Amino acid sequence: MKHVVVIGAGPAGMAAAAAALRAGAVVTVLDSAEEPGGQYHRRPLGARYRAAKAFDRVLGHPRCTWRADTSVWALERRDGRAPLVHALRGVADGADREAVCLDPDALVLATGAHDRVLPFPGWTLPGVFTAGAAQALAKGERVAVGQHVVVSGTGPFLLPVAASLLQVGARVEAVLEANQPRTILRGWAQDLSELVPHTGKAARLARYAAGQLRHRVPYRMGQAVVEARGDGRVEEVVVARLRADWSIVPGTERTLTADAVCVGHGFSAQLELPVAAGCELAGDTVRVDGDQRTTQPGVFAAGEITGIAGQPSAVDSGTVAGWLAAGGAPAEIAGALRRRDRGRAFGRRLAEAHPIGDGWAGWLRPDTVICRCEAVDHACLTRALADPVTAGARSVKLSTRAGLGPCQGRICGPAVAALTTAAGAEAAGAHHRPIAQPIRLGELANQRTEENR
Amino acid sequence: MSPRPIRLTIDGEPVSGMDGQTIAGVLLASGRKAWRTDPAGQPRGVFCGIGVCFDCVVTVNALRDVRACRRRAREGDDVRTQSRVDGER
Ligand SMILES: Cc1cc2nc3c(=O)[nH]c(=O)nc-3n(C[C@H](O)[C@H](O)[C@H](O)COP(=O)(O)OP(=O)(O)OC[C@H]3O[C@@H](n4cnc5c(N)ncnc54)[C@H](O)[C@@H]3O)c2cc1C
Ligand code: FES
Repeated sequence: MKHVVVIGAGPAGMAAAAAALRAGAVVTVLDSAEEPGGQYHRRPLGARYRAAKAFDRVLGHPRCTWRADTSVWALERRDGRAPLVHALRGVADGADREAVCLDPDALVLATGAHDRVLPFPGWTLPGVFTAGAAQALAKGERVAVGQHVVVSGTGPFLLPVAASLLQVGARVEAVLEANQPRTILRGWAQDLSELVPHTGKAARLARYAAGQLRHRVPYRMGQAVVEARGDGRVEEVVVARLRADWSIVPGTERTLTADAVCVGHGFSAQLELPVAAGCELAGDTVRVDGDQRTTQPGVFAAGEITGIAGQPSAVDSGTVAGWLAAGGAPAEIAGALRRRDRGRAFGRRLAEAHPIGDGWAGWLRPDTVICRCEAVDHACLTRALADPVTAGARSVKLSTRAGLGPCQGRICGPAVAALTTAAGAEAAGAHHRPIAQPIRLGELANQRTEENR
Repeated sequence: MSPRPIRLTIDGEPVSGMDGQTIAGVLLASGRKAWRTDPAGQPRGVFCGIGVCFDCVVTVNALRDVRACRRRAREGDDVRTQSRVDGER
């Protein structure tokens, strides 16, 4: 019997596990979180979430092993077969976690994505949150990140974030979409027939919009928060009109009083594990073929790491990956394959309708922090890029320390790469880290092993 | 089923939260927005909310660098703010 290991219990990983079980495999599901569901399904305090029963059925299956609180920190490559999986099991960032090592026949990577946020003056002030953080705190903990909140960025995700903020009692002063209506329409309208299967999603967005109208939340396109100000925390934000390339229309700046701002410029795939496994990338995602197979033997990928397209698409790609990883026949999942293809098309539309305009670099000032971990500012980065000795991507990193802090460039990476390219230097092949999750040295040495199967 | 209240301390000050909340959730709900200083001495709190950015780290029961947004709060936790001002680490 095949042993399929699924890393990540979000919508994609759970669908992969369910499909692999249906195809007859022995399945192990790992997630660093305490509960399954990923970023999409979050259990409100003291409640059960709607998907819980379905998850219980999968994780409670006699052929399934569920490992919560388990962070995968390395994948050890082996010739011609799926890599060994090294993980630590125990409370987040604990010092005494148990080592877990798994030897899979096939591996499904489904580690999802995190918010992408461009730097702007004041973005390190307490009170500036990613849109996802606001969503996670509202949905999972019933905490409103502020009383007067401005939501800014690009993409449809801003709407559910605003809706969740309203639900926990925040006043949403405005939702600002940086792109112009014509950019958004052009992106979505290329081939409307491709969108027909997604009318459910469109209806959901319309409901959000209607709900917000009821609460009188202004939704403005072609505008953004370009600065946050305050003494030790956000007290006001500067909002400006933007051109199509996101440069500021001079003289349109105005200030709004706010105690929090939630920002999201799309998502970045969490590529540490695919890179550790040696998988080729396709731009900002993992390269997969029609079977969700990566370029490494025995390694499949599903969900947002293969393309940002929302929860339904994550489920379909997960079903395909899990079924085929377990050795199931492709003919039996024709429906999921078709839906997966439509999901990919939807993801392409989403990216075209909500691009990031190059003009954001004009929002920066010399003292604007670019790398949050190491507090490297724009002036420092510009100096390094202008100096022929340090202008290469690697030397810029070493001379400024941008991207070398604890987050390892997950947050500043795309911005540093864009600024490096704009300065005429060659951007680094971003994702190269020996260890996918920071772990304590003591734990590396620790030999306590929970299981070896 | 409503969640059980729990008590912890932040820099010695008692704070109450709900069982199941993360330490970040407890701190935000208690009105705190910042609990760390960055290498330039500036205040920081939660940013990404899902364990990616490391802006929210605290010391929990004498163990440094615990992401407050990833760690569930437990009854009696002794939470300390930390600093990464240059030279201190
Ligand atoms: C903070 C946040 C909030 C979001 N909220 C919503 C929302 O409310 N509505 C919506 O439609 N979309 C939301 N999204 C978009 C969301 O990414 C997708 O719709 C969907 O959840 C993607 O599914 P996935 O399975 O690909 O990834 P995810 O749901 O992200 O699941 C990935 C899982 O992998 C685990 N993981 C990652 N790395 C490791 C590792 N090294 N070891 C072990 N486990 C690991 C994570 O803990 C996570 O559970 C949100 C995104 C973010 C970043
Ligand atoms: S807020 Fe980013 S790691 Fe906790």
